[in-house]
Amino acid sequence: MALDKPYLDIPGTTVFDTDQAAKGYHLNQFAMSLMKAANRERFTADEDAYLDEWPMTGEQKRAVRERDYNRMIELGGNIYFLAKIGATDGLNYVQIVSSMTTNDAAAHTEMMIGGGRSPDGNRYLHEWEGHR
Amino acid sequence: MAQITASVYTSHVPAIGVAMDLDKTSEPYYAPLFAGYEPAREWMAANTPDVVVLVFNDHANAFSLEMVPTFALGMSAQYEPADEGWGARPVPPVVGHPALSAHIAHSVIREDFDLTLVHDMPVDHGCTVPLSIMFGQPGAWPCAVVPLVVNVVQYPVPSGRRCLELGRALRRAVESYDEDLDVQVWGTGGMSHQLQGPRAGLINQPWDRQFLERIINDPEGQASVEHVEYVREAGSEGIELVMWLVARGAMADLAGGGAPTEVHRLYHVPASNTAVGQLILEDAPASPPRDDTQP
Repeated sequence: MALDKPYLDIPGTTVFDTDQAAKGYHLNQFAMSLMKAANRERFTADEDAYLDEWPMTGEQKRAVRERDYNRMIELGGNIYFLAKIGATDGLNYVQIVSSMTTNDAAAHTEMMIGGGRSPDGNRYLHEWEGHR
Repeated sequence: MAQITASVYTSHVPAIGVAMDLDKTSEPYYAPLFAGYEPAREWMAANTPDVVVLVFNDHANAFSLEMVPTFALGMSAQYEPADEGWGARPVPPVVGHPALSAHIAHSVIREDFDLTLVHDMPVDHGCTVPLSIMFGQPGAWPCAVVPLVVNVVQYPVPSGRRCLELGRALRRAVESYDEDLDVQVWGTGGMSHQLQGPRAGLINQPWDRQFLERIINDPEGQASVEHVEYVREAGSEGIELVMWLVARGAMADLAGGGAPTEVHRLYHVPASNTAVGQLILEDAPASPPRDDTQP
Protein backbone atom coordinates (compact mmCIF):
# COMPACT_ATOMS: atom_id res chain seq x y z
CA MET A 1 0.00 0.00 0.00
CA ALA A 2 1.32 3.43 -0.91
CA LEU A 3 1.92 5.95 1.86
CA ASP A 4 -1.20 7.95 2.65
CA LYS A 5 -0.51 11.55 1.65
CA PRO A 6 -3.76 13.53 1.74
CA TYR A 7 -1.77 16.78 1.62
CA LEU A 8 -0.59 16.42 -1.99
CA ASP A 9 -3.56 18.35 -3.36
CA ILE A 10 -2.69 21.62 -1.56
CA PRO A 11 -1.28 24.16 -4.04
CA GLY A 12 2.06 25.92 -3.58
CA THR A 13 2.90 23.72 -0.61
CA THR A 14 5.40 20.91 -0.08
CA VAL A 15 4.90 18.94 3.11
CA PHE A 16 8.26 17.82 4.50
CA ASP A 17 7.54 14.13 4.86
CA THR A 18 9.79 11.09 5.12
CA ASP A 19 10.26 10.91 1.35
CA GLN A 20 11.34 14.55 1.19
CA ALA A 21 13.57 14.05 4.23
CA ALA A 22 15.31 11.11 2.55
CA LYS A 23 15.84 13.11 -0.65
CA GLY A 24 17.07 16.18 1.18
CA TYR A 25 19.10 14.58 3.94
CA HIS A 26 22.51 15.99 2.99
CA LEU A 27 21.08 19.33 1.81
CA ASN A 28 19.48 19.83 5.21
CA GLN A 29 22.51 18.58 7.14
CA PHE A 30 24.70 21.02 5.17
CA ALA A 31 22.30 23.87 5.99
CA MET A 32 22.28 22.92 9.66
CA SER A 33 26.08 23.04 9.77
CA LEU A 34 25.69 26.82 9.35
CA MET A 35 24.57 27.05 12.98
CA LYS A 36 28.28 27.39 13.77
CA ALA A 37 29.78 30.82 13.17
CA ALA A 38 33.06 29.28 11.95
CA ASN A 39 31.17 27.30 9.30
CA ARG A 40 29.24 30.38 8.20
CA GLU A 41 32.57 32.11 7.66
CA ARG A 42 34.02 29.21 5.70
CA PHE A 43 30.89 28.90 3.54
CA THR A 44 30.84 32.62 2.80
CA ALA A 45 34.54 32.62 1.91
CA ASP A 46 34.24 29.79 -0.66
CA GLU A 47 30.76 28.40 -1.28
CA ASP A 48 31.81 25.80 -3.86
CA ALA A 49 34.53 24.35 -1.68
CA TYR A 50 32.22 24.18 1.31
CA LEU A 51 29.38 22.58 -0.69
CA ASP A 52 31.78 20.00 -2.10
CA GLU A 53 32.33 18.70 1.44
CA TRP A 54 28.72 17.42 1.37
CA PRO A 55 27.46 14.48 -0.70
CA MET A 56 24.64 16.55 -2.22
CA THR A 57 23.45 16.26 -5.81
CA GLY A 58 24.59 18.77 -8.42
CA GLU A 59 21.02 20.07 -8.63
CA GLN A 60 20.91 20.66 -4.88
CA LYS A 61 24.23 22.53 -4.93
CA ARG A 62 23.07 24.66 -7.85
CA ALA A 63 19.83 25.52 -6.06
CA VAL A 64 21.87 26.61 -3.02
CA ARG A 65 24.21 28.72 -5.15
CA GLU A 66 21.22 30.38 -6.83
CA ARG A 67 19.41 30.77 -3.49
CA ASP A 68 16.38 29.23 -5.17
CA TYR A 69 14.42 28.27 -2.07
CA ASN A 70 11.49 26.79 -3.97
CA ARG A 71 13.89 24.50 -5.82
CA MET A 72 15.70 23.61 -2.57
CA ILE A 73 12.37 22.65 -1.03
CA GLU A 74 11.42 20.62 -4.09
CA LEU A 75 14.76 18.78 -3.75
CA GLY A 76 14.07 17.81 -0.14
CA GLY A 77 14.96 20.92 1.85
CA ASN A 78 12.96 22.04 4.85
CA ILE A 79 12.53 25.71 5.63
CA TYR A 80 13.89 25.50 9.19
CA PHE A 81 17.13 23.99 7.91
CA LEU A 82 17.32 26.24 4.84
CA ALA A 83 16.73 29.37 6.93
CA LYS A 84 20.31 28.99 8.17
CA ILE A 85 21.51 29.73 4.63
CA GLY A 86 19.41 32.90 4.66
CA ALA A 87 20.74 33.78 8.10
CA THR A 88 24.28 33.42 6.76
CA ASP A 89 23.33 35.86 4.00
CA GLY A 90 22.06 38.31 6.64
CA LEU A 91 18.40 37.83 5.67
CA ASN A 92 15.40 37.57 7.97
CA TYR A 93 12.45 35.19 7.63
CA VAL A 94 10.30 37.69 5.70
CA GLN A 95 13.05 38.12 3.12
CA ILE A 96 13.66 34.38 2.82
CA VAL A 97 9.97 33.46 2.71
CA SER A 98 8.90 36.19 0.28
CA SER A 99 11.58 35.05 -2.20
CA MET A 100 9.43 31.95 -2.79
CA THR A 101 6.39 34.01 -3.80
CA THR A 102 5.58 36.48 -6.56
CA ASN A 103 6.04 39.33 -4.05
CA ASP A 104 9.24 41.05 -2.99
CA ALA A 105 9.86 41.52 0.75
CA ALA A 106 8.21 44.96 0.86
CA ALA A 107 5.07 43.79 -0.95
CA HIS A 108 4.98 40.65 1.19
CA THR A 109 5.15 42.74 4.37
CA GLU A 110 2.30 44.92 3.08
CA MET A 111 0.26 41.80 2.32
CA MET A 112 0.86 40.49 5.85
CA ILE A 113 -0.12 43.81 7.43
CA GLY A 114 -3.26 43.66 5.29
CA GLY A 115 -4.18 40.30 6.84
CA GLY A 116 -1.98 37.89 4.89
CA ARG A 117 -2.71 35.65 1.92
CA SER A 118 -6.33 34.53 1.98
CA PRO A 119 -7.05 30.81 2.03
CA ASP A 120 -9.84 31.45 -0.48
CA GLY A 121 -8.76 30.11 -3.85
CA ASN A 122 -5.63 28.62 -2.25
CA ARG A 123 -6.90 25.37 -0.71
CA TYR A 124 -6.89 22.88 -3.60
CA LEU A 125 -4.65 22.29 -6.59
CA HIS A 126 -7.56 22.62 -9.02
CA GLU A 127 -8.12 26.19 -7.80
CA TRP A 128 -4.72 27.16 -9.18
CA GLU A 129 -5.10 25.49 -12.55
CA GLY A 130 -5.13 28.01 -15.35
CA HIS A 131 -4.22 30.83 -12.97
CA ARG A 132 -0.44 30.43 -12.74
CA MET B 1 2.01 17.74 46.26
CA ALA B 2 2.69 19.47 42.98
CA GLN B 3 -0.30 21.03 41.30
CA ILE B 4 -1.10 22.33 37.82
CA THR B 5 -2.57 25.79 38.30
CA ALA B 6 -2.90 27.16 34.77
CA SER B 7 -2.18 26.61 31.11
CA VAL B 8 -0.78 29.28 28.82
CA TYR B 9 -0.93 29.25 25.03
CA THR B 10 1.20 31.46 22.84
CA SER B 11 2.75 31.81 19.41
CA HIS B 12 6.55 31.71 19.42
CA VAL B 13 7.41 33.77 16.32
CA PRO B 14 11.19 34.47 16.21
CA ALA B 15 10.64 38.08 15.12
CA ILE B 16 8.84 38.81 18.41
CA GLY B 17 12.03 37.85 20.25
CA VAL B 18 14.12 39.90 17.84
CA ALA B 19 11.87 42.93 18.39
CA MET B 20 12.53 42.68 22.14
CA ASP B 21 16.26 41.97 21.74
CA LEU B 22 16.68 45.01 19.46
CA ASP B 23 14.38 47.27 21.49
CA LYS B 24 11.81 47.72 18.70
CA THR B 25 8.68 46.94 20.71
CA SER B 26 7.41 50.54 20.68
CA GLU B 27 7.73 50.90 16.90
CA PRO B 28 4.34 51.23 15.13
CA TYR B 29 4.58 47.71 13.66
CA TYR B 30 5.01 46.06 17.08
CA ALA B 31 3.39 48.47 19.55
CA PRO B 32 -0.18 47.08 19.25
CA LEU B 33 1.06 43.51 19.71
CA PHE B 34 3.06 44.31 22.83
CA ALA B 35 0.18 46.37 24.22
CA GLY B 36 -1.93 43.25 23.73
CA TYR B 37 0.60 41.24 25.75
CA GLU B 38 0.39 43.59 28.76
CA PRO B 39 -2.57 41.90 30.53
CA ALA B 40 -0.87 38.51 30.14
CA ARG B 41 2.36 39.86 31.63
CA GLU B 42 0.49 41.41 34.55
CA TRP B 43 -1.30 38.15 35.21
CA MET B 44 1.98 36.24 34.99
CA ALA B 45 3.74 38.64 37.38
CA ALA B 46 1.02 37.86 39.95
CA ASN B 47 0.93 34.13 39.17
CA THR B 48 4.54 33.16 38.46
CA PRO B 49 4.79 29.38 38.91
CA ASP B 50 7.69 27.37 40.30
CA VAL B 51 7.99 25.35 37.10
CA VAL B 52 6.71 25.63 33.54
CA VAL B 53 6.39 22.49 31.45
CA LEU B 54 7.01 24.23 28.14
CA VAL B 55 5.71 22.41 25.07
CA PHE B 56 7.33 23.54 21.83
CA ASN B 57 8.91 22.19 18.68
CA ASP B 58 12.54 22.27 17.77
CA HIS B 59 13.18 24.09 14.47
CA ALA B 60 16.23 22.11 13.31
CA ASN B 61 18.42 23.42 16.12
CA ALA B 62 18.61 20.72 18.81
CA PHE B 63 17.82 17.83 16.48
CA SER B 64 19.26 17.43 13.00
CA LEU B 65 17.83 14.89 10.56
CA GLU B 66 20.08 12.29 12.19
CA MET B 67 17.23 11.68 14.61
CA VAL B 68 13.86 13.28 15.04
CA PRO B 69 12.11 12.24 18.26
CA THR B 70 8.32 12.51 18.21
CA PHE B 71 8.15 13.52 21.88
CA ALA B 72 11.35 14.51 23.73
CA LEU B 73 11.65 15.51 27.38
CA GLY B 74 14.52 17.66 28.65
CA MET B 75 16.23 16.15 31.70
CA SER B 76 18.92 18.78 32.31
CA ALA B 77 19.64 21.36 34.99
CA GLN B 78 20.28 23.99 32.31
CA TYR B 79 19.61 24.61 28.60
CA GLU B 80 21.53 27.18 26.54
CA PRO B 81 19.83 29.39 23.92
CA ALA B 82 20.68 28.03 20.44
CA ASP B 83 22.55 29.86 17.69
CA GLU B 84 19.98 29.41 14.92
CA GLY B 85 22.23 31.02 12.32
CA TRP B 86 21.90 34.65 13.42
CA GLY B 87 23.86 34.19 16.68
CA ALA B 88 22.28 33.10 19.98
CA ARG B 89 19.58 35.34 21.48
CA PRO B 90 20.89 37.53 24.32
CA VAL B 91 18.62 35.91 26.89
CA PRO B 92 19.44 34.04 30.12
CA PRO B 93 20.03 30.29 30.08
CA VAL B 94 16.92 28.24 30.81
CA VAL B 95 17.14 26.55 34.19
CA GLY B 96 15.65 23.07 34.32
CA HIS B 97 14.14 20.94 37.07
CA PRO B 98 15.82 17.52 36.73
CA ALA B 99 13.88 15.92 39.60
CA LEU B 100 10.50 16.82 38.12
CA SER B 101 11.74 15.77 34.65
CA ALA B 102 12.74 12.38 36.05
CA HIS B 103 9.38 11.99 37.76
CA ILE B 104 7.48 12.89 34.58
CA ALA B 105 9.58 10.39 32.62
CA HIS B 106 8.88 7.60 35.12
CA SER B 107 5.18 8.36 35.17
CA VAL B 108 4.44 9.17 31.52
CA ILE B 109 6.57 6.43 29.92
CA ARG B 110 4.96 3.87 32.21
CA GLU B 111 1.63 5.09 30.84
CA ASP B 112 2.86 4.03 27.39
CA PHE B 113 4.06 7.37 26.02
CA ASP B 114 7.48 6.63 24.57
CA LEU B 115 9.26 9.87 25.41
CA THR B 116 12.84 10.34 24.26
CA LEU B 117 14.88 11.57 27.23
CA VAL B 118 17.37 14.28 26.30
CA HIS B 119 20.20 15.17 28.65
CA ASP B 120 21.91 17.76 26.49
CA MET B 121 20.16 20.13 24.13
CA PRO B 122 20.14 23.80 23.21
CA VAL B 123 16.72 25.48 23.18
CA ASP B 124 15.62 27.60 20.25
CA HIS B 125 13.07 30.39 19.77
CA GLY B 126 10.26 27.88 20.36
CA CYS B 127 11.26 27.92 24.03
CA THR B 128 12.89 31.31 24.57
CA VAL B 129 10.35 33.51 22.76
CA PRO B 130 7.42 32.38 24.95
CA LEU B 131 9.56 33.11 28.03
CA SER B 132 10.32 36.59 26.66
CA ILE B 133 6.67 37.21 25.84
CA MET B 134 5.51 36.25 29.33
CA PHE B 135 8.39 37.52 31.48
CA GLY B 136 9.98 40.37 29.51
CA GLN B 137 13.72 40.84 29.89
CA PRO B 138 14.81 39.76 33.39
CA GLY B 139 18.45 38.96 34.23
CA ALA B 140 17.34 35.39 35.01
CA TRP B 141 14.06 33.61 34.20
CA PRO B 142 11.86 33.65 37.31
CA CYS B 143 11.00 29.93 37.23
CA ALA B 144 12.38 26.56 36.22
CA VAL B 145 11.43 25.02 32.87
CA VAL B 146 10.91 21.42 31.82
CA PRO B 147 11.09 21.39 28.00
CA LEU B 148 8.74 19.00 26.20
CA VAL B 149 9.66 18.98 22.53
CA VAL B 150 7.18 17.76 19.91
CA ASN B 151 8.07 16.95 16.31
CA VAL B 152 5.83 18.96 13.98
CA VAL B 153 8.47 19.44 11.27
CA GLN B 154 9.01 16.02 9.69
CA TYR B 155 5.83 14.15 8.74
CA PRO B 156 4.25 12.07 10.09
CA VAL B 157 3.75 14.19 13.21
CA PRO B 158 1.68 13.16 16.23
CA SER B 159 -2.08 13.57 16.02
CA GLY B 160 -4.08 16.13 17.96
CA ARG B 161 -5.64 13.23 19.87
CA ARG B 162 -2.21 11.92 20.89
CA CYS B 163 -1.18 15.40 22.05
CA LEU B 164 -4.34 15.78 24.16
CA GLU B 165 -3.76 12.35 25.75
CA LEU B 166 -0.14 13.27 26.49
CA GLY B 167 -1.44 16.31 28.34
CA ARG B 168 -3.70 14.08 30.43
CA ALA B 169 -0.76 11.81 31.30
CA LEU B 170 1.32 14.87 32.12
CA ARG B 171 -1.30 16.05 34.61
CA ARG B 172 -1.29 12.69 36.38
CA ALA B 173 2.50 12.81 36.50
CA VAL B 174 2.66 16.29 37.99
CA GLU B 175 -0.07 15.56 40.54
CA SER B 176 1.83 12.53 41.81
CA TYR B 177 5.03 14.48 42.48
CA ASP B 178 5.62 14.78 46.23
CA GLU B 179 7.14 18.24 46.49
CA ASP B 180 4.79 21.24 46.71
CA LEU B 181 5.20 22.93 43.35
CA ASP B 182 3.05 25.36 41.41
CA VAL B 183 3.27 24.09 37.82
CA GLN B 184 1.96 25.62 34.60
CA VAL B 185 1.84 23.92 31.22
CA TRP B 186 2.47 26.12 28.20
CA GLY B 187 1.50 25.08 24.69
CA THR B 188 3.25 27.14 22.03
CA GLY B 189 3.44 27.71 18.28
CA GLY B 190 1.06 28.81 15.53
CA MET B 191 -1.29 30.35 14.72
CA SER B 192 -1.87 30.20 10.96
CA HIS B 193 1.30 30.63 8.92
CA GLN B 194 3.11 29.14 5.96
CA LEU B 195 6.83 29.75 5.50
CA GLN B 196 7.43 27.92 2.23
CA GLY B 197 6.43 27.78 -1.40
CA PRO B 198 4.32 30.10 -3.56
CA ARG B 199 1.46 29.91 -1.01
CA ALA B 200 3.69 31.39 1.75
CA GLY B 201 2.08 34.15 3.77
CA LEU B 202 -1.23 32.33 4.21
CA ILE B 203 -3.28 33.58 7.16
CA ASN B 204 -6.75 32.29 8.01
CA GLN B 205 -8.31 34.55 10.62
CA PRO B 206 -11.75 32.86 10.83
CA TRP B 207 -10.09 29.46 11.26
CA ASP B 208 -7.71 30.80 13.96
CA ARG B 209 -10.54 32.44 15.89
CA GLN B 210 -12.54 29.25 15.74
CA PHE B 211 -9.50 27.33 17.01
CA LEU B 212 -9.21 29.71 19.99
CA GLU B 213 -12.86 29.12 20.79
CA ARG B 214 -12.72 25.37 20.34
CA ILE B 215 -9.56 24.73 22.31
CA ILE B 216 -11.30 26.31 25.28
CA ASN B 217 -14.80 24.89 24.90
CA ASP B 218 -14.44 21.78 22.73
CA PRO B 219 -10.92 20.40 23.14
CA GLU B 220 -12.04 16.84 22.40
CA GLY B 221 -13.56 17.98 19.13
CA GLN B 222 -10.48 19.97 18.20
CA ALA B 223 -8.28 16.98 19.01
CA SER B 224 -10.06 14.96 16.31
CA VAL B 225 -9.18 17.46 13.55
CA GLU B 226 -6.86 15.83 11.00
CA HIS B 227 -3.42 17.22 10.11
CA VAL B 228 -4.41 17.92 6.55
CA GLU B 229 -7.03 20.42 7.71
CA TYR B 230 -4.39 22.35 9.66
CA VAL B 231 -2.10 22.42 6.62
CA ARG B 232 -4.82 23.34 4.13
CA GLU B 233 -6.58 25.92 6.32
CA ALA B 234 -3.81 27.28 8.58
CA GLY B 235 -0.71 26.78 6.43
CA SER B 236 2.07 24.20 6.45
CA GLU B 237 3.52 25.62 9.69
CA GLY B 238 0.08 26.10 11.26
CA ILE B 239 0.34 22.44 12.26
CA GLU B 240 2.29 23.70 15.30
CA LEU B 241 -1.11 24.34 16.90
CA VAL B 242 -1.47 20.65 17.80
CA MET B 243 1.00 21.40 20.59
CA TRP B 244 -1.61 23.59 22.29
CA LEU B 245 -3.60 20.40 22.83
CA VAL B 246 -0.89 19.03 25.15
CA ALA B 247 -1.40 21.98 27.49
CA ARG B 248 -5.18 21.79 27.16
CA GLY B 249 -5.13 18.06 27.97
CA ALA B 250 -3.49 18.86 31.31
CA MET B 251 -6.49 20.86 32.57
CA ALA B 252 -8.82 19.50 35.25
CA ASP B 253 -11.96 19.25 33.11
CA LEU B 254 -10.31 16.58 30.98
CA ALA B 255 -9.73 14.55 34.16
CA GLY B 256 -13.33 14.83 35.37
CA GLY B 257 -12.91 18.18 37.15
CA GLY B 258 -14.36 21.62 36.59
CA ALA B 259 -13.90 23.78 33.51
CA PRO B 260 -10.96 26.20 33.41
CA THR B 261 -11.44 29.96 33.65
CA GLU B 262 -10.37 32.08 30.68
CA VAL B 263 -8.45 35.07 31.99
CA HIS B 264 -6.89 36.35 28.76
CA ARG B 265 -7.34 36.00 25.01
CA LEU B 266 -5.40 37.81 22.26
CA TYR B 267 -5.39 37.54 18.48
CA HIS B 268 -3.21 39.74 16.28
CA VAL B 269 -2.07 39.75 12.64
CA PRO B 270 0.76 39.84 11.76
CA ALA B 271 4.14 39.28 13.35
CA SER B 272 6.53 38.65 10.48
CA ASN B 273 4.77 35.88 8.47
CA THR B 274 2.48 34.71 11.25
CA ALA B 275 -0.84 35.20 13.01
CA VAL B 276 -0.32 35.59 16.75
CA GLY B 277 -2.54 34.06 19.40
CA GLN B 278 -2.40 33.98 23.17
CA LEU B 279 -4.63 32.43 25.84
CA ILE B 280 -4.44 31.94 29.59
CA LEU B 281 -6.67 29.39 31.28
CA GLU B 282 -6.68 29.06 35.06
CA ASP B 283 -7.32 25.52 36.20
CA ALA B 284 -10.49 24.76 38.16
CA PRO B 285 -9.81 24.84 41.90
CA ALA B 286 -9.25 21.40 43.36
CA SER B 287 -12.33 20.08 45.13
CA PRO B 288 -11.88 20.27 48.93
CA PRO B 289 -10.86 17.00 50.60
CA ARG B 290 -13.89 15.02 51.67
CA ASP B 291 -14.73 15.51 55.33
CA ASP B 292 -15.24 12.00 56.60
CA THR B 293 -15.85 13.16 60.19
CA GLN B 294 -19.37 14.31 59.31
CA PRO B 295 -22.16 11.75 59.30
